[in-house]
Order: sequence, then structure tokens, then C-alpha cells
Amino acid sequence: MAKAKKSREGTVMVLGGGIAGVQAALDLTDLGYYVYLVEKSPAIGGVMAQLDKTFPTNDCSL
Amino acid sequence: MVEAGRSPNIEILTNSDLLSIKGKPGSFKAKIVQRPRYIIAEDCTACGLCTTYCPRHQEDEYNENLNITRPIHIDYPQAVPATYYIDPRSCLSLTHDTCQICVPVCQSKAIDFSQKPEEKTLEVGAVIMSPGFGRISEETLAKYSYGKHADVVTSIEFERLLNPSGPFAGEVRCLSDNRHPHKIAFIQCVGSRDIGCGNGYCSSVCCMYAIKEAMVAKEHDPEAEITVYYMDIRTQGKDFDAAQKRALDKGIKFVRAKVADVMPWGDHLRLTYSTLDGNHSFKPYDMVVLSVGLESPPDAQKLADMGGFKLNKYDFCATDTFTPLATSKDGILVAGAFNGPMDIPESVTQSSGAAGIASGLIKKQRGKSLIHKTYPDEKKMGDEVRIGVFVCHCGINIGSVVDVPDVSTYAGDMEGVVYYTESMYSCSQDAQEVLKDKIKEHDLNRVVIAACSPRTHEPLFQETLKDAGLNRSLFEMVNIRDQCSWVHATEPDAATDKSKDLVRMAVAKARHIQPLPEQTVPVNKTGIVVGGGIAGMTAALNLADQGFNCSLIEKQDSLGGNYKKLVHTKKLIDQVKKHKLVSVYTNSGLQQTSGFVGNFSSIISSGKGTKAKEVTLDHGVIIIATGANEHRPETVLGNTIKYSKNIVTQSELAEQLEGKGKSRAPKSVVMIQCAGSRGDDLNYCSKTCCTTAVENALTIKKINPDSQVIMLYRDIRTYGYAEDLYQEAREKGVLFIPYEMDNKPSIAEKGSKLTVSFFDPILQDDITMNPQMVALSVGMVPEETDTLSKLLKVPVTADKFFMEAHVKLRPVELPVDGVYVCGLAHSPKPVNEIIAQAQAASAKAAMPLVKGYVTVDPIVSNVDKETCIGCKLCTSLCPYQAIRMVKDENNRPKAETIVASCKACGICASHCPTFAISMGGFTNQQINSQIEAFGRDIKEKETETA
Ligand SMILES: Cc1cc2nc3c(=O)[nH]c(=O)nc-3n(C[C@H](O)[C@H](O)[C@H](O)COP(=O)(O)OP(=O)(O)OC[C@H]3O[C@@H](n4cnc5c(N)ncnc54)[C@H](O)[C@@H]3O)c2cc1C
Ligand code: SF4
Ligand code: SF4
Repeated sequence: MAKAKKSREGTVMVLGGGIAGVQAALDLTDLGYYVYLVEKSPAIGGVMAQLDKTFPTNDCSL
Repeated sequence: MVEAGRSPNIEILTNSDLLSIKGKPGSFKAKIVQRPRYIIAEDCTACGLCTTYCPRHQEDEYNENLNITRPIHIDYPQAVPATYYIDPRSCLSLTHDTCQICVPVCQSKAIDFSQKPEEKTLEVGAVIMSPGFGRISEETLAKYSYGKHADVVTSIEFERLLNPSGPFAGEVRCLSDNRHPHKIAFIQCVGSRDIGCGNGYCSSVCCMYAIKEAMVAKEHDPEAEITVYYMDIRTQGKDFDAAQKRALDKGIKFVRAKVADVMPWGDHLRLTYSTLDGNHSFKPYDMVVLSVGLESPPDAQKLADMGGFKLNKYDFCATDTFTPLATSKDGILVAGAFNGPMDIPESVTQSSGAAGIASGLIKKQRGKSLIHKTYPDEKKMGDEVRIGVFVCHCGINIGSVVDVPDVSTYAGDMEGVVYYTESMYSCSQDAQEVLKDKIKEHDLNRVVIAACSPRTHEPLFQETLKDAGLNRSLFEMVNIRDQCSWVHATEPDAATDKSKDLVRMAVAKARHIQPLPEQTVPVNKTGIVVGGGIAGMTAALNLADQGFNCSLIEKQDSLGGNYKKLVHTKKLIDQVKKHKLVSVYTNSGLQQTSGFVGNFSSIISSGKGTKAKEVTLDHGVIIIATGANEHRPETVLGNTIKYSKNIVTQSELAEQLEGKGKSRAPKSVVMIQCAGSRGDDLNYCSKTCCTTAVENALTIKKINPDSQVIMLYRDIRTYGYAEDLYQEAREKGVLFIPYEMDNKPSIAEKGSKLTVSFFDPILQDDITMNPQMVALSVGMVPEETDTLSKLLKVPVTADKFFMEAHVKLRPVELPVDGVYVCGLAHSPKPVNEIIAQAQAASAKAAMPLVKGYVTVDPIVSNVDKETCIGCKLCTSLCPYQAIRMVKDENNRPKAETIVASCKACGICASHCPTFAISMGGFTNQQINSQIEAFGRDIKEKETETA
């Protein structure tokens, strides 16, 4: 019988690559995990990437 | 975002849809399908040639369909990944099997029409759902002539109009005839607080973004007349009220009214509205902006079915007050706007919290798949100085004011500069590649970037330097955005001159910069949490769940803080006491803390009376969760208050209502909102009192439907789902009457008789009544933040709440590394937000503990022992206790820096009588050459004019 494929341990999936997803992904790597960031559109950033400036600090949103 | 794009531990799967999720915490299997981009990512250089050749037009979705792009394009230059893609819905080849003009055009041969959708199975230990929010239906917007008249736009469209990369390159123009709109109206609550369209909730962010957009529009055109039509201004966030005040000062008008409709009116728009007094009026506008709410994402139900978790009645993810980041399915967490409408700071907080919980769930797997980034060896520094200067346009943010090409060529003439260039967005991912290439190509050994703020972007550029084999200290950044294009927006010539000055000074300094070694210090893998309320207990438990020892320090003799009575609190206390990794110190306080991130040492006084003792704890991180107390102002809105059984605070009322018997509900009560908050006594909004008051009003109505409840308010701030309670209270007959600060209600008490008088804008008359009770929404004040602030050297705001490192990007970190904040000590907020924030703080605090070491910023001070005379001046001056005295081989006292404690403030260096101390990255030589470079130009100018 074929051996079962070894699973990748210590990984997390984040679904949606807006600011929330991106932040979660970055924090997870800092906590020691490998992340799959799954985004339905062609780029990450979500709505924030469309905003001009963002409150409350009104600096650029990227 | 660029950071996410560069991380070796984040695999970004764009164009991907979820197909299924199966499994349990620790072992989920997620199937996804990745749709083709038709472009080979590794080969695309993002040159953009293909777009210019593509013959087919298509609406530009990134710009909200306000302008045209081509099927083959990239959304915006800084997009991550910086790869073009082909939209299969309009591409001629993919729809009609013709064209393919782009294929030979692409020099990198990156276009590949044979790509097929690819299915992948991801094996993961946990899942975080963050699919954000959806759009309000056009049907709802049609009421305001959206779709009928081009100048009725949504707020998202307006964001694009304001944006330099938008349809008119940052100019606000009417879409109907390209004129600049002079009169602009904002309509609030479009698609929110509207049961008609199914969205009863308040979207929480639109008041604040409308203020922001109005302010930015005013910056674009100071003559513009802007009016915001609103029901309540909900700027309940930390320091958000100040934003509205700034808007008022700028001349933006706020009108409390319901907008009946918007109709085309010749070239203009006619907006009809009704004010509280029942009057209908109308006004002409050039442009009307609809402040659209946040709706649940269109595929929410599908996601919920696949993930096996529940949605709430508004189709957002269902969560519980006490587990605000957990879906109903174990191992699947939620963060961001999918967890209910929220702004960026709140989303970022939730994300950190969710990451921390996920980390706790699968801590045994930690690190197993982690890829460690390596850098090329640092290249040897020759004697020759080879500086590269990069000047950034920042879209039009800098480029529209400062003459960037001029500044860049100016730099080219300077001594030591061997390469200079300008760039559109220096921070974009492809710009990092260009930077690396240029460093190699021109053998650069110093880099100067003139762009935005080093506070946000320096780490990114330094990382790129390291990737290119340069020490990260060989870098100078000039902020020509804040210091030139922003502050001198109306004087382009002066802004350009100043940019040149700054660049010249930076280059002068760069000639003298040297590589500085990066040092690492091991970390003590434990934490302490100060404050044993809900926030502190949650944070401590979370840190312990992630596998770290932690001490919880509480001032009182029992845990629980403000919420001792909640069932959830009792459960928490139990868990904290049982957890092996948590040690509880009650009747205790922090006396002294020294050290630095990873290596703090604190003295705790513990116990009372004869049992009192001092304990020393070594720890790596510290979380502040010291909370806040109910405010008890002695005057409210100018009335002297004597609290009694008739004049009570809302929390006292809540307590009374918990009792038994019908009489516990007052027969008549006047509730007064913002009693002490929002400029009455405290400057800020206490955020929770509106909801608490409405809850109490509902309880009263439930106990005795005949009770008369009147609420006098300025703005009812039942944001989010609490809006449902507000609606219910109105239905149940609670009367809500607004008051203005120039006509405040008065409260008088004679014997047991209470008299409240106020102006009723609905009846347009003064009203006097004699209620049985007056209930005051008194707000809250932070608890003793001053002492901790001094002890830990962390700043507080003017309102005495702890001040976070960056409101949006680092909402739970304090400016001192290794110190975090959560709960009411940060700002007023309700329980669910307190818990999410505590979870976020413990996730952030766990990071250095997980890493196991900290890297010391190399710009620390350095004592030249030869020159040091051992006077000890520096040790007494250093605010961080980062200098100690040691003996040299001849037994003479010499100063020495404790590098990991040094914050590089430079106080020691500036006071040393023998100039024995220099700061890495800020040596005397460097600073002097910078100053000389500044003077040089003045001298030149003087000789010119002479
Ligand atoms: C006009 C306007 C102005 C605003 N201005 C501000 C402001 O100035 N300051 C501020 O703090 N907040 C502002 N906000 C709020 C801000 O936009 C949100 O707080 C923020 O975008 C929420 O981030 P998010 O990641 O949760 O959601 P989103 O930004 O919506 O991101 C969600 C991401 O998930 C992806 N996605 C969705 N479904 C799926 C799926 N099924 N599979 C895979 N991926 C999926 C989406 O493509 C998207 O990339 C504003 C909102 C609006 C509407
Ligand atoms: S009250 Fe709420 S829904 Fe209405 S505009 Fe303000 S934040 Fe949006
Ligand atoms: S009552 Fe409280 S929450 Fe409401 S507006 Fe006043 S301060 Fe803000």
C-alpha cells in the first residue's frame, strides 16, 4: 500500500486578502506559522487599496 | 502589503475561490481553485506595454468603473503581486478566439493563453475568515437618483475621484460634464440604519470616512461648499470627535436631517430634506455623495455552508460577545469587516487576535513549516563612496508640488553620487527589485531615498538593502512628503528648493555613514499582565494558551475588575486560577521596571499589611490592562449634581433594575447622554454609554411599559448591531430628543422634587418636566495611567489613555518595544471589543517570545573609553538606565552602553563634556557635515545676491 502523503504541519489558511487578511497572515508568520493567503481577486489589499487616505491618521493606505 | 508579498512564509494565492473545507482544528483540508491570469507571474516585469497595445476597452473596476482600462492590465502600480492579468470576461481572445495582439508585444514572453484553472488542496491547522464586506445594492441607491444622474456618486467612487491614481488623476470633477463641483452634499446612512433595505444595523465607519472625504475635498478646493446630512454623527472611536471638530472649523456644514430624495435639476441636482421641526427644504448641488454602508459579502452564505459556521441575521459572521473572533465552528476564526462593519484599526486588531487564537490551537505544530529567510553576505566596503539617490513622486502626493525630476538631477551633481533616478512609487514591489538591481549594477555602497516618512517605510527599504548585500545602516531617508509637498503645498518652488536642501544634507551625511553590526539578545519567554479585569485575564490566558508563562498582577484583592458580576467573568477567573502557566498576584502593584524587550525585570509589591512582600519578576514582555472607572462629574452640562437615589448614573440604574418588583423601574425618567463626555468635562466620547442607556431604557419598558422614558442626547451612538436596540426602544415608546451645547438641559432638585427643562426641537418649544428620576450617562475615565506611564516610559494621550504606536497599523503596541495595551486603558469600548483587543495584545506579545531573540537597532550610543573621563553625567541623565559604569584595566571608571536598553535618544552624547559618546548613525561627523551642507547653499545664495 502506498504511504499516505505527509501533511504540512504548522500552516494556516487565511481567506480574503484585505487589510484584515493581510494583517492576520503577517502576524501568523511572526507567531511561527506558514500561511496560505487565499484571495479571489487578482491582487491583495481589498477595499483599503482603493481608499485615498484613511482615517484616523490620514496617511496613505498602503 | 508589500511586506506580505515579500514574506517567504506567506503563499499568496490570488484569483482563487474556495471549494470546500473539511476537518477539525489541527487538520483541515481546504480545496481551492485558482483561475488563470494568462500571464506567467515570474516572467512579467510589469512594464505595461501590453496594456497600451490591447485594442479592447473595458471598465476599470479598481476605479469603480469610472474610467476605462483594457482586459490586460494591473489594478494599480503598487499592486501585490505586481503581475498583470487578463480579464477573461472581455479579452477578445478568450471571448471570441481572435486578437492575441499582446502575445508578441510582451518582450518577456509572459503571456500564456494556455493556462487552465488549477485545483489545489491545502492542508492547514486552522482557518481565518476575512472576506470583508459587500456593496449596497443599486436598488437602494436608486432612491437618490444614483444611476440616473452621473453626479450622484457613492463614497467609494468619491474616494477614487480624490485619489491621484483615480479617473481624473486626483482632481474632483463632475462625471456629467467634467466641471469642478462647487457644492457637494454627503448623505449619511445610505444602506445602513434602514430596515427598508434589510440593513437595520449602523455601518460604524461612514460618518468618520465622510468627514475624512469632506476634509480632503476641501483641501483640493478650499472654496467648495460641503454639507453633510446626517441623523447622528457617530465618531465614537478614539480621538474621532476631534476630526469632526476640525471639519467644522474648516467650514464643513453638518445638518441633522432626513434626505427625502435627490432629483436631476437642470445641470444640477436637487436635494430635498426634512429637519426635526418638520420643515421640508431643498437645495441645489453639483455633486451628491452617498455614504454607503458595509453589507455582508455576496457569497457569505456559501462560505458559511462550506465552513460549517453560522451567520447572523444580517448575514455577517455570527460571533458571541465573549468569543468575538470565533465562528461557530471550532478552528475557524473570523476577523475584519466580515465580523460586522468595522474600520481599519478594529480590523487590524481582530486579525492579530485571531492569529493569536489560531496559534494557541495548533501550538504543537508551531515552526514546523516555517521558512527562514537568509540574506546574501554583506559586501566589502571599499574606500570609494558610491551613493545612489532615488527621488519618489509618490503618485502625485509629492510630484504634484515638488519638481521631482529637478531634485533628482540636482542630486546627480553632488560629490559621491554615482547614480540618481526618480520613481513613481518607490515603495512598490517592483521598485524594490529596481533598487536591488541598481545597487548591484552601479556597485552602490550608500543609498539615499527621498520619499515619504521613514516611520512607515524605512524598514522596507532597509530590508531591500539587506537583500542586495548592503548593511541596513548604509541608508539615509529624506521625508520630502511631510516636510515639503504637504506643508508647502501652495508654494511649489519653495517646496522644491527645500527638497534639494534636504537631499543635499542627506547626501553629505551619507558620505560618512558606516555599516553597523546588528546584535541579537536572547529573550526571557515569559510575560506579565498588569490589571486583572476582563482584558487582563483574557490576555493572560491567551498568552498561557500559546504556551508561555505569565504573571497576572491585580491591585484589588480579587480578579474581575468592572465586570465582576458577569457569568463570563466568573468563568474566566476560574480558568485563570486553574491554568498552570498563569500565576496570579492580587493586592499587588508594579513598583519598578527596568530592562528592555525580551529582558525586563520588575519589582512587584504583593499582599497587604504584615503579609506584604516584594517580588522580583524577570520577563520578556508586559501587557497593560489597567482599565477605567466610571466617571462621576460634580457638574453636568453646567448643573451641579448631587447623586442620590433620584439622580443616578446609568450603571447604578442598571443595578437597581436587576432587583425584583415592578417599582424598581422608575415611573418616569429623563436620561441625559454625554453627561461629562464629549467636551462637557471629559473631551472624548465614552463610546459605550449610548448603548448602555438604551439597554436600560428597554429594561424599564419591559418591567413597566407605562413608564415614561425620555433620553436627551447629542448623537445617539448605538453603532453596529446596537442600532437594533435603538430602533426597538423607539418602537417601545422611548422618546429621544436631541440637545445642543449652546442650549443645554437644566436639572434642578428641590427637596425630593426634580425639575428638568430642555428645548424640544421637534415641538420647537421649551419643556419642563418633573421626572421621578434622572439617569446620567457619565462616561469613563482611565485608571491611574500616569503612574504606569512614568514607570514604563510610555506616553498617554491628552485624555490620559495609553497612546498606541500607530493607531491603524499597530493598535495594541506601545512605542516602547515589548509593552502592549488592551481594554479600557487604551480607550473606552464595549466588552466584545475589549476581549478582541486583549486577544490581539497577547498575540503581539507572544511574537518576541516565539522568536526567542530580539534584534537591537544598531543606532545605539557608543562610548569611546579612551576619551571618557568617568564623570558619570551620562548615567544620571539616561532616561532608560541604558548606561552603566564599568572599570577599565587600570581600574578607572568608564561608561558603557547596555545596547539592548538604549533607545538611541542621544541625550548622553549631547551632554558628554569630552564628546566621548557617539550615536551609531548620528555621529558628530555626520551631523556636522549635514549642517555644513545646509549652510553651503545659504552661503552660495548670499554670494549670488551680494
Ligand atoms: C468609502 C469607504 C471609506 C472608508 N474609509 C476608511 C478610512 O478612512 N479608515 C478606516 O479605518 N476605514 C475606512 N473604511 C472601512 C474599511 O474599508 C474597512 O474597515 C476595511 O476595508 C475592512 O477590511 P477587510 O479586510 O475586513 O475587508 P475588505 O477590504 O473588504 O477585504 C476583503 C478581501 O477579501 C476578498 N474576498 C472576499 N470574498 C472572498 C472569498 N470568498 N474568497 C477569497 N477572497 C475573498 C476580497 O476580494 C478582498 O480582497 C472605509 C470604507 C468605505 C466603504
Ligand atoms: S450613523 Fe452609522 S450608518 Fe449612519 S452614517 Fe454614521 S456610521 Fe454610517
Ligand atoms: S452618550 Fe456616550 S457614547 Fe453616546 S455620544 Fe455621549 S459619550 Fe458618546
